[in-house]
Amino acid sequence: MIRTELVKMLRRPRTWVSLMLLCGLPGLVAAFLGVTKVAPPAGQGPAFLSAVLSNGTLYPAAALAMVLPLFLPVSVAVVGGDSVAGEAGSGMLRYLLLRPVGRTRLLVAKLAALVGFVLLAVVAVTLSSYAIGIAVFGAKPASAVTGASLVTSMSGTGLTTPQVLLRLACAMLYVGVSMLGVGAIALFLSTVTDSALGAALGALAALVTSQILVSLDAAAAVHPYLPTRYWLAWIDFFRAPVLWHDIQRGLALQAVYVAVFLAAAWANFATRDITN
Amino acid sequence: MIATRGLTKRYGRVVAVRDVDLAVGAGDRFGLLGPNGSGKTTLVRMLLGLVFATSGEIEVMGRPIPRRTGEVLPRVGAMVEGPGAYGHLSGRANLALLDASGPGRGTRRTRRRRVGEALERVGLGGVDDRPVKAYSLGMRQRLGLAAALLHEPELLILDEPTNGLDPRGIREIRDLLRALNEDGTTILLCSHLLGEVEELCTRVGVMDRGRLVLQRDMSDVRALTGRVELRTPDAARVVALLDGRVEHRDGDLLLVRAADAAELNARLVADGLRVTEIRPQRRTLEEVVLSLTGASADRFDRPGAAADARAGTDARADADRTAGELT
Ligand SMILES: Nc1ncnc2c1ncn2[C@@H]1O[C@H](COP(=O)(O)OP(=O)(O)OP(=O)(O)O)[C@@H](O)[C@H]1O
Ligand SMILES: [Mg+2]
Repeated sequence: MIRTELVKMLRRPRTWVSLMLLCGLPGLVAAFLGVTKVAPPAGQGPAFLSAVLSNGTLYPAAALAMVLPLFLPVSVAVVGGDSVAGEAGSGMLRYLLLRPVGRTRLLVAKLAALVGFVLLAVVAVTLSSYAIGIAVFGAKPASAVTGASLVTSMSGTGLTTPQVLLRLACAMLYVGVSMLGVGAIALFLSTVTDSALGAALGALAALVTSQILVSLDAAAAVHPYLPTRYWLAWIDFFRAPVLWHDIQRGLALQAVYVAVFLAAAWANFATRDITN
Repeated sequence: MIATRGLTKRYGRVVAVRDVDLAVGAGDRFGLLGPNGSGKTTLVRMLLGLVFATSGEIEVMGRPIPRRTGEVLPRVGAMVEGPGAYGHLSGRANLALLDASGPGRGTRRTRRRRVGEALERVGLGGVDDRPVKAYSLGMRQRLGLAAALLHEPELLILDEPTNGLDPRGIREIRDLLRALNEDGTTILLCSHLLGEVEELCTRVGVMDRGRLVLQRDMSDVRALTGRVELRTPDAARVVALLDGRVEHRDGDLLLVRAADAAELNARLVADGLRVTEIRPQRRTLEEVVLSLTGASADRFDRPGAAADARAGTDARADADRTAGELT
């Protein structure tokens, strides 16, 4: 069942369109930067963007920073919202259940497909932007220090290329995990309504609310519980030494969101009348 | 095959199905009739474990539903309220995907063959690879039927399977269902096409406003009425001769109270009266259904208009008489 759900996702034109959009944005930005060589001043614009002009290997980090706030969560919310409600909309939900596929199994398979999509998205963004970065900005820093190719990390110490790649992989996975909370909310809403669009919008509404509250000092009391609170913690992978505190909290928080909303989705779906 | 006891389903304040005791035996071709909104689809969904009953019990193939749905459904084929398919995939890919989703009778090796056979049975054997969104309504309906037949079910539950098919298509499906039934498949069919049910089914159930108001063998339902329909150019003389046994006259068409058409014919001919047509009258399914059911539950007339609409139907007068005879 998990296999067929993954196959189903891969055979959807929509999956590929959203991946193309996700990879296209960093490509577009790279094109402008490559042509004009005008870097945003350090500390402004997406993180890392000022650093990449001198070294392309860091471009995936900049690309993740670009897609993280909007593109990625929107595509995850759309896929998650579509998972059950989309089946209901096409009339296939009842035929899947009659096949029979147990309701719990179906939900687990949908979650697996969602995780598959998130992984595919972050890997695609990372790999494509790595290639773009090398091609446009080159792998060697203009002012290379002799002996090793060094990249300046946020804290100012040097990192070798393998270290950069390892940290990029970690950051990529962390960004992927950060999306699972939104995905789980969308999946839950998808079992509540038969409208895929409604479920996706609901998840996005939760997301926007969370982002606004995160930036609101008056809401400091609830900050630690907001799903987007630790989204930017992946930057800590590029500090020397790595700052684990926020990363750990971020992972734990996403795990809690997934557990809670998956349980709610299951409780709702397993007892619901299928009347579409 | 199917047995329910006191089955009831409420949607909020609406009682969609009320206290239904349905019994479908193995090998039956059971036709479920009833006006729009009488609860047929809701009943079928409950039998399949899609909708949970408010109260009452369901047994399908001797197993309680919804507790043991997982054991029953692999042996059941169903189509509920129209087919479902992924529009961007071909019909073949849709069936293969559906087949792969569930527990297998057989493996991937046999999948291609099973899908091919199911498509063949419903007349889509030679269908090309165009996506389902480019299918006509009839093709989609056939694809839905193919999905129901994919695993050689012992019980086939079909909710309006011929919706949108042309007359030839309806005929083909009827022949297909009859052939499947002869091979041992039990069939439960919901339909508004009385002719289709009349031709196909051996047993009928009639639902009205959530209640199962009739459950009988087709031969009982279509019993003789004890009248003979007669067409004769000498109508006036026949009326005079039969003296009071003619219940109704419409031009040269007469309705005569008589147990035996042959005897009546012999008597008329002996008196030199010409007979163009003669046959014993049978109740039609239409009369029976109309007599047992009220206006459709999803008609929402204004209070005054409802009475007019009902008084206006000529069929009701005849139908009420039929109801008296049936019960
Ligand atoms: N999901 C639902 N929520 C609320 N009421 C419902 C729901 N589904 C059906 N009903 C109500 O239950 C009743 C029975 O509906 P059902 O669909 O079973 O009728 P039906 O006999 O299949 O009608 P038709 O011949 O038009 O298909 C109707 O009054 C309908 O309004
Ligand atoms: Mg119906």
